[in-house]
Amino acid sequence: MSKKKVATIWLAGCSGCHMSLLDIDERIFDVAKLADIVKSPVVDTKEFPDCDIALIEGAIASEEHLEDIKHIRAHTKILVSMGDCAVTGNVSALRNMIPLNDVLLRAYVEAPSNVDGKIPEAGKGVSRLLPRVMPLHEAVKIDFFIPGCPPSADLLFYCLFELLNDRIPVVEKFKLG
Amino acid sequence: MSTKYSVTIDGKTVEAGPKQTILDVCKTAGVDIMTLCYLEGVSNVGACRLCLVEVEGTQKLLPACTTTVAPNQKIQTNTDKLKQYRKMTLELFFSERNHICSVCVANNNCQLQNLAREAGVDHIRFPYIFPEAHTDASHKEFMMDHNRCILCTRCVRVCDEVEGAHTWDVMGRGYQSRIISDFDQPWGDSSTCTSCGKCVEVCPVGALWPKDAMLGHLKKSPEMVTELVHKRKHRS
Ligand code: SF4
Ligand code: SF4
Ligand code: SF4
Ligand code: FES
Repeated sequence: MSKKKVATIWLAGCSGCHMSLLDIDERIFDVAKLADIVKSPVVDTKEFPDCDIALIEGAIASEEHLEDIKHIRAHTKILVSMGDCAVTGNVSALRNMIPLNDVLLRAYVEAPSNVDGKIPEAGKGVSRLLPRVMPLHEAVKIDFFIPGCPPSADLLFYCLFELLNDRIPVVEKFKLG
Repeated sequence: MSTKYSVTIDGKTVEAGPKQTILDVCKTAGVDIMTLCYLEGVSNVGACRLCLVEVEGTQKLLPACTTTVAPNQKIQTNTDKLKQYRKMTLELFFSERNHICSVCVANNNCQLQNLAREAGVDHIRFPYIFPEAHTDASHKEFMMDHNRCILCTRCVRVCDEVEGAHTWDVMGRGYQSRIISDFDQPWGDSSTCTSCGKCVEVCPVGALWPKDAMLGHLKKSPEMVTELVHKRKHRS
């Protein structure tokens, strides 16, 4: 059996899901036997290559995220929402209850750490925020959902290992956190 | 109660008495029905629609907790149609308010979460509404977080029927409905609330909770209200 190509991507999340993924520790060797990690925050490639499985952390908060996820979908066989931000919007979507401009004002002007702060111009170095943060499945078709904030390392390993072996994981077996 | 008759539940013939609800009959017969707003000891209102069943001869789906059985009724509790509706109903609860489980006191001790898992909900197919909803921290011991309220009205019923205070009520219509205390005042200013905590115990989600509860460590005992009602009834 040839090795599967796996990508792990970080959109509007806190990197906690990736931390949890790193916590699979030595089980990374079991993954390495079955897969090559072709794109990830820890792999230095620019373009998103064709892959078999992509685990996506985070919700869609900006125009750039939206473009990215569409591109990833087009190049991925099994697209996985990894963690609550990807599945529900979670903490990343907390700003949806507040008008976008108030959010930007708070972050760039009002927050005490700002000195002469101003809201940066979208498109110049920073991507324009979408008016409403959304879970991945509102933008593209998702093939599998892994819950948890973050999902435990055990759950992540289990799901990835099952998918690498062409089986559908059964999340119900795990206590979620 | 002398006149017993028979009904069929999922093809099984069982005995039922007049005035029994379909839910009661199912419980006696050992048939599991998903419920959420139902609480033994207070009245049934049919608010959550999770206990819907199919009854032969009618197109309408009927809530098992508020429908009384009739002789020879043929009841189905677990058809594909019902399973789909249950799943949809559960998903709608999530899309209607702001359920951020990761920062909720009830995380992993939440009836809504448990039922969603049981029904196989792995994502919410309906767009989230993200309504503006408030928290009320004015009561000295308890919190009310409207972001997580599913309008089951357990709090309203227990406060009125068991505590006799009737602090809670429902205001507004449809998805804009809100639970209010007294005349839509802060809970802490309520002149009727006795701070008994019954509403907090029976709230199936993380909407009502004691301020000293730690994130994800909330434990509730709705059955204590059921017990209380039972004991009062059997006092000599
Ligand atoms: S009430 Fe339940 S479903 Fe809602 S946020 Fe809290 S744990 Fe999640
Ligand atoms: S604490 Fe008791 S009296 Fe106060 S609102 Fe809750 S049930 Fe009613
Ligand atoms: S506060 Fe809790 S018990 Fe009261 S209606 Fe909302 S969810 Fe139900
Ligand atoms: S349990 Fe019957 S409608 Fe809620």
